[in-house]
Amino acid sequence: MSTNDSRNPLFMPLIVLGGALFGFGLAYSGMAKPEIVLDFLQLQDWGLVFVMGGAAAVTGTVITVATRYLSRAPLTGERYGKREKTFDRSVLLGGVIFGVGWGISGLCPGSAYASLGIGNFPILIGIAGMFLGAYAQGYWRSYRENTTGTATPSD
Amino acid sequence: MIGPELLTILGQLPTGLFPRGISQYAVGGVLIGLGVSTIYLGTAITPGASTFFESTLSYFSEIPRFNRAKYLATRDWRIVFTLSMVAGASIYALTLGGGGWTTDVGAWRLLAGGVLVGIGTRLGKGCTSGHGINGIASLSGTSLANVATFMLAAIGVALSMQALGVSP
Repeated sequence: MSTNDSRNPLFMPLIVLGGALFGFGLAYSGMAKPEIVLDFLQLQDWGLVFVMGGAAAVTGTVITVATRYLSRAPLTGERYGKREKTFDRSVLLGGVIFGVGWGISGLCPGSAYASLGIGNFPILIGIAGMFLGAYAQGYWRSYRENTTGTATPSD
Repeated sequence: MIGPELLTILGQLPTGLFPRGISQYAVGGVLIGLGVSTIYLGTAITPGASTFFESTLSYFSEIPRFNRAKYLATRDWRIVFTLSMVAGASIYALTLGGGGWTTDVGAWRLLAGGVLVGIGTRLGKGCTSGHGINGIASLSGTSLANVATFMLAAIGVALSMQALGVSP
């Protein structure tokens, strides 16, 4: 990862453009409304399949082309790669906990940011909850690493 | 015990799977993919939405977990990325989206759900964008397993809550 000093001047503008497209797309798709997400989770409206599928299809095509035919990203000099995280029990346990939270509220992180953007201020309660949960998780893991004395492999 | 209620719900399914149509979902999904791809093509970063929590907590907490190099090096652009998502959604609301909108989902559901989302996405190494878009796009086995797990859990919980009469 490049340091701040050596960052290309176009780095942040590109993040802004990509983030804005992402947020606009989330709002356009309806996923910024927890009610529509809950309709999917209650099997009333399967539109979310098209949202996730459409996004993954576009991104998958770009990742495939870039990893095969392009070498390094122009703004960072980093090699194009895939998103690969190591598999362990945490992936499944975390998936269950996230899923329960998603099922209760209809909230996931990206859609919550977009929801704030469409004027849904009650969503701040959910975002505050996410910070609380992330803090609790990090606190607990740090505590456990200190007490057991074993280094947890980086994820 | 939940059996008959589940059957009742399944009996009430609309005949169409897409009562609001398909286009808003497909177009929105493509736009989301273009946003992710824009950042990826320029930087080789596959941006997820939930690392923002840990990386931003590094500004406020001394806990080593939040202060690892990979968070410190990315925390500034993750804030910019998140605020840009908020702004992009605002642009939609002010142009095509018909102005503002607020949810009827109860505060306790937002809070409890939010806390679990915070724990689960960090423990599980990603969320619907990290695993669900970038991970699926990378055909990552880890991400496929995570997405299948959170989908099943979420559908089970949402149907159970509906059966218990929690609404909206």
